[in-house]
Amino acid sequence: MVRTNRMPRYFVHLLLVVGAILMIMPFVWMLLTSFKSVTESTSMNPFVFFPSVWKWENYSEVLRQNNFPRLYWNTFAMVALRVVCSIVFSAMAAYAFARLKFPGRNFFFGLVLFQMMVPTQIFIIPQYLMVDSLGMRNTIFALLFPGLVSAFGTFLLRQFFMGLPKELEEAAKLDGCNIGQTFVRIMLPLVRSGMVALGIFTALFAFKDLMWPMIVNTNSNAATLSSALAKIQGAYSVDYPELMAASVLAIVPMLILYVIFQKQFIEGVATSGGKL
Amino acid sequence: MNKQIARRISKQTWGEWSWGWFLIAPTIIGLVVLNIIPIIQTAYLSLFKSGDFGRGNIYVGLDNYRKMFSDVQVWHSVGNTLLYALLVVPTSIAISLIVAVFLNGKIRGKSIYRTIYFIPMIAAPAAVTMVWRWLYNEHFGLINYLLSRIGADAVDWVGNPKLSLISIAIIGIWSVIGYNMVLLLAGLQEIPKDFYEASDIDGASRFRQFFVITLPLLSPTLFFVVVTSIIQAMQVFDVIYMMIDVTSPAYEHTVSLVYLFYNNSFKYSNKGYGSAIVILLLAIILIITFIQMRAQKKWVNYM
Repeated sequence: MVRTNRMPRYFVHLLLVVGAILMIMPFVWMLLTSFKSVTESTSMNPFVFFPSVWKWENYSEVLRQNNFPRLYWNTFAMVALRVVCSIVFSAMAAYAFARLKFPGRNFFFGLVLFQMMVPTQIFIIPQYLMVDSLGMRNTIFALLFPGLVSAFGTFLLRQFFMGLPKELEEAAKLDGCNIGQTFVRIMLPLVRSGMVALGIFTALFAFKDLMWPMIVNTNSNAATLSSALAKIQGAYSVDYPELMAASVLAIVPMLILYVIFQKQFIEGVATSGGKL
Repeated sequence: MNKQIARRISKQTWGEWSWGWFLIAPTIIGLVVLNIIPIIQTAYLSLFKSGDFGRGNIYVGLDNYRKMFSDVQVWHSVGNTLLYALLVVPTSIAISLIVAVFLNGKIRGKSIYRTIYFIPMIAAPAAVTMVWRWLYNEHFGLINYLLSRIGADAVDWVGNPKLSLISIAIIGIWSVIGYNMVLLLAGLQEIPKDFYEASDIDGASRFRQFFVITLPLLSPTLFFVVVTSIIQAMQVFDVIYMMIDVTSPAYEHTVSLVYLFYNNSFKYSNKGYGSAIVILLLAIILIITFIQMRAQKKWVNYM
C-alpha cells in the first residue's frame, strides 16, 4: 500500500519534542536564574546559561524576608479545606439530585446550573463585604469562604451517580438499608473516581487563585503562595534571581503532587471534561 | 388494610423527601448565601456610588452605567478582552487539537508528552507570569538574546503597547494547551477505530479522514472546549495583573474587564462602579454563550 500523505513518524516526534521544550523551557529558565547572581543574570556578553556558582543565598534571602512556612501552611489549609468541603457537600447534593425524588428538586438543581453560568467575579464584592462584616479578614476561614460549596462539583458528581445502575439501590433496599446507608455504603464508593477528579480540580484552582486571597487577606502573614508572589514582585522588582527563587518555592508543592499523582491529574481532567 | 399501605407508602415518600432536602441543604444554603444573594447585591450596589471608606454609599440610579458607557477605559477593556479571547481561543485549540491527534496514534512516549504538555497548567499564574516577564525582558531576556543571535533587534515585549497584549496572549496559550489537549484526547479516544479502518479500505487520505471522521465525531468535545475556553479567556486577570502595572504605557492596551473591575472595586474602592463593570461582563458572557448555543446546532454532531 502506498501512502504518500502520511507524515513520517520522526517528523511528528520532532514537532512534539519542540513543543515539549517550549512547555518546560520557562521552568528550566526559572530554576537556572534562581541560582545566578544578579550580575550573571543580566550579563549579555557573554550570555550566561548556567550559573558559574550555584548561589543558594538567593533562596536563603527569600526565605529570610518572607515567612514561607506560614505561606505554605495557609495555602495548604485553604486547599485542603476547600477540597474536603467541596467533596463532602457536593457528593451529598449530587446523590440527591441524581437519585431521589423530592419537591423542588428541579428548581434547586436550576440554581446549581445558574451558578455555573455566571462569572465568579460577580460574587466577589458581596463575599468580601460578608467576610469583612464577620471580622474574618486575614484568616484561613476567609480563604476557604467562597469554596465552602461547589456548584461545579455538584453537577460533576451528579453525572457520575446517574451513570450507576438502578438495581444497586433496589438490592440495598431489600437488604434493609435506608437512604443514608445506601448512599454512604453502596453508592459513594462507586463514584470514587469522580470524587478524586473533583478533588484535583478544586485543589488546582484554589492553589492558582490570585484575586480572592489578594483582596481578603492583605496581611502578609495571612497570604497564600500566589498572593504573596504578587507582593514580592512589587518589593524586589529588579532582583530577578530572587524573584525566580520565590517562584520556584511557590510552584514546588503542586509540582511534587503532580509528579506523584500525574495519572490521577490527567485522568481527572479527562473524565470530568467528558462528563460535563 | 388499604389505609395501612397508603400510610406506609406515604411514610416512605416522606422519608425520601426529607433525605433529599437534608442532603442538598448545605449546598443550597451555601449557594444562596455565597452566590444568589451576592448577584442581587452586586446589581443593587451598581446603583450606588461608594464614597471613600466610612463615607457610606450614595444612591445614584443608573449613573454608573451612564458613566460606564462614556468611559473610554471601559471600552478599551472590552476591546482588549475580546481581542485577547480572539488571540487565545482559536490558536490554543488548534495547537491542542494537532497535539491530541498526534498523541492519539500509535506513538512512542505518549504519556511522557502528555505529562509535559500539562505542566504549565499546574503552575500558579503569579509564578508563571514572573518568569515570562523575565524571558520577555527587553535588555536581559532570553528571548531577545536568542533574537539577537539571528540578527534581530531587541523587542520591548511588555512595554510596547502594540505588542503587550500579544505577549500576554502567548502566555495564555502556553498555559492552556495541555489542558485542552487532555480533554480533546479523551474525546478522540471515544471515536471507534472501525471508522478509520473502513475509510482506509476506501482509500481516504489521512487529511480527508481528519475532516470527514475526526472533526465531526469530535465536535461535542470541541464544543465544550470552545465554550469553556471563551468563558475563561473573557475573565483573564492574573497574567495581566502580574505583567502590566497601572502606570505602564501599555496599560490602556492590555487592561481587561476583570482587571478594570478589580482596580475600581479594590484599588480605588469604588465598589458601585466596579459592580456596574462586572454586570457588563456578565451581559457580554451571556450574549456570547447564547450565540454559541445557537450556533451549536449548525456544527455539533451528537451521535
